[in-house]
Amino acid sequence: MEKNMETIFQDKIDKEIRIEPKDWMPEKYRQTLIRQISQHAHSEIIGMLPEGNWITRAPSLKRKAILIAKVQDEAGHGLYLYSAAETLGISRDEMYDQLHSGKAKYSSIFNYPTLSWADMGVVGWLVDGAAIMNQVPLCRSSFGPYARAMVRVCKEESFHQRQGFEILYVLSKGTEAQRKMAQDAINRWWWPSIMMFGPKDDESPNSIQSMKWKIKRFSNDELRQKFIDVCAEQVKVLGFTLPDKDLKWNEERGHYDFGEINWDEFWQVIAGNGPCNKERLDARKKAWADGEWVRAAATAHAAKKAAKRTAA
Amino acid sequence: MSYSIIKLYYGDYGEAKNGAADISTNNTPKEEWPLWEIFIRSKQGLDHKHAGSLHAADAAMAIENARDVYTRRMEGVSIWAVESKYIHASVPEEAGSLYDPANDKAYRHPTFYDLPDEVKYM
Repeated sequence: MEKNMETIFQDKIDKEIRIEPKDWMPEKYRQTLIRQISQHAHSEIIGMLPEGNWITRAPSLKRKAILIAKVQDEAGHGLYLYSAAETLGISRDEMYDQLHSGKAKYSSIFNYPTLSWADMGVVGWLVDGAAIMNQVPLCRSSFGPYARAMVRVCKEESFHQRQGFEILYVLSKGTEAQRKMAQDAINRWWWPSIMMFGPKDDESPNSIQSMKWKIKRFSNDELRQKFIDVCAEQVKVLGFTLPDKDLKWNEERGHYDFGEINWDEFWQVIAGNGPCNKERLDARKKAWADGEWVRAAATAHAAKKAAKRTAA
Repeated sequence: MSYSIIKLYYGDYGEAKNGAADISTNNTPKEEWPLWEIFIRSKQGLDHKHAGSLHAADAAMAIENARDVYTRRMEGVSIWAVESKYIHASVPEEAGSLYDPANDKAYRHPTFYDLPDEVKYM
């Protein structure tokens, strides 16, 4: 029976028929999706922190308004994704627990500090740029609610990336100090950004399974290469450089060659030893704890109103 | 230093490294706000369409949250919020028999009928 269901399931996937929450699915498919979607959601929520850091210090009212809108979008993205994960049978509170206890991870990139205003530009250009590169194929993910959430996310991310590039473009036309600040931000964020695509491809059976289930459609290395090719050109418009001495156009491959990535750093950050891991998680846990009384009060208020309606 | 690298995707940092191998779903929600399904009318004259879901303590909060979550870019002129537990749905496993009656009635479609080319405006 199980075997037969799996054949039918795979057949639907192969025919590009989306899987919806109430459809039969292999347990492993469900778990893989819960993990991926919830970790994606956590990334959006934690992702608000490094940028929230600059809201009070944005250099103009216009930039402040834009930054607030962007951070609000990230909250929205987290909410779309949490809802999508909930359709698989995990509760919101369980997901929060997993984040707060450190059991579930979020994107390693948000464990780096945002030291200058130029970082807001680079986060938009590189971090959101890398996210878009990853997320566009997810709009065709085999799980319906995830794919639909990603369509919304992608529509909104485009503004994020463009506003970031514009911040850098303005700085590139600025004073020597502003140009230095921008270049410094690029230098600090470049490598972590290309690590966002995850480790190099290998022959793991897990990967084959995820591709077969069409949860994801391109390999880490394919997407990383695409991102590097795009950025290597875009950085020329800014008149800045990417901090990789091995970055060179390879005529034969039709791609840029690039230097060795420091995977040790990547795994250190994932393992909790990045510059801001503790700070990020503490901020998140504090927000959750501080909101406790508000959640309780709203529940009590709703119950009181409901009781009144029943009495009337 | 050797790692047992498994395939990882964005937003997915794998099982071995993060200890999240067992995503347990113990289904013991605490005092969670109820879940609401949100339907949005994008402009006058169109149907409300399902936009997604969210948590809220009551209907008024559901509508306000829906405004913030689903209409930040003028995507809607009207919002419906329905507590999810009140949605009744057909069962996917029964789709075959449920829709069977319509399966063999191609004559319900205008394209079923072959008419001569001379016939206009039909």
